[in-house]
Amino acid sequence: MRFEAEEEEKENPALSRRAGVPRVGLPQLFQAFLLVGLSGFGGVLPFIRRMLVEERKWLTASEFTEVLALSQLLPGPNVINITVHVGARMAGIPGAVIAFLGLMIMPIAVVIGLSMLYARYGDLQPVEDAFRGIASAAAGLIVAMAAKIAWPVLRSARTIVLAAMVFVAMAFLGLPLVWIILLALPVAILWTWVAQNE
Amino acid sequence: MNSSSSALFDFTIHLLLLSLLAIGGINPILPELHRFVVSEHSLLSNEQFVTLFALAQAAPGPNVIFVTLIGWQVYGLVGALVSTAAICGPATVIAYIATGLSERWQSRRWFIILRRSLVPLTTGLMIASAWLLCIAANSSLASYAVTGIVGVLVLATRINPLWLLATAGFAGIIGLV
Repeated sequence: MRFEAEEEEKENPALSRRAGVPRVGLPQLFQAFLLVGLSGFGGVLPFIRRMLVEERKWLTASEFTEVLALSQLLPGPNVINITVHVGARMAGIPGAVIAFLGLMIMPIAVVIGLSMLYARYGDLQPVEDAFRGIASAAAGLIVAMAAKIAWPVLRSARTIVLAAMVFVAMAFLGLPLVWIILLALPVAILWTWVAQNE
Repeated sequence: MNSSSSALFDFTIHLLLLSLLAIGGINPILPELHRFVVSEHSLLSNEQFVTLFALAQAAPGPNVIFVTLIGWQVYGLVGALVSTAAICGPATVIAYIATGLSERWQSRRWFIILRRSLVPLTTGLMIASAWLLCIAANSSLASYAVTGIVGVLVLATRINPLWLLATAGFAGIIGLV
């Protein structure tokens, strides 16, 4: 493990050059992300921030904001990106792997347990009724999230037309996402480029 | 078994691709998952899809475990692990590489344009997700009302979403939804 971490630093010099990054042991890293994974009901992000910035002080508040901004630009779940990024900063590739496993292992176990319970009792009328209600509420969570995302974005003809195009292609035409991105991204880039040069 | 393992292979390849397109996490790609899993390959029924989504929302941890659940439901433990690895894999490799890059590339012009181009696309996808779930999860006026009330409460208050899910579950049991 140690050897691998050193190898990786050679390949990735920016990691070791960063000043003031605490070196954290793999067991500590695993334990910290394990607890985050278990506590993250209804969104893991606030818990991961509290753990990294307030409790363990592995990142300062501004470092966290920077990491969050970066993870939002990258593909993939934000929380996973932050976890991998922090794990890698603390202890190289093994750190990234351990932090990821720590974050995911309990949620996976819990969710599989819940789904086994559902498979066993899902046919019971009260369970079925409860899940009908929960599903409608879960849709409400996503509606709220969409509104929060859309409100500050949809302020220009450019953003409104591009978002509407993607919405129609996905929701009404049912096109595969890959096609939608391949068709819409060049248009979006061109339009953004022109808008910037005006 | 053979057809099932080749279907798992197709699903995995698709998830590897989606991992790179899932900008802003799993929520914007929900309609694509629904299209692939329900409409195109009939791996799950619409009701199963919605129920698994509700389960994933009610469980702790990152919401990418919805994909874990789909894998579990269709292909068992192997499916759960493989699909989790596939949806996280490419994105985590990129996240790792980005750790090593200097922050200067974030202020490069091409990068700013790319980022500003992606924002409206992700927004359109997110609205499509909300639209899809409204249709897929709701059948009665009362169920649409639950979606609407929960949406407003989340936007207007700091209430823990888990309470809203639990209350809606209770409303279902006593026959309100």
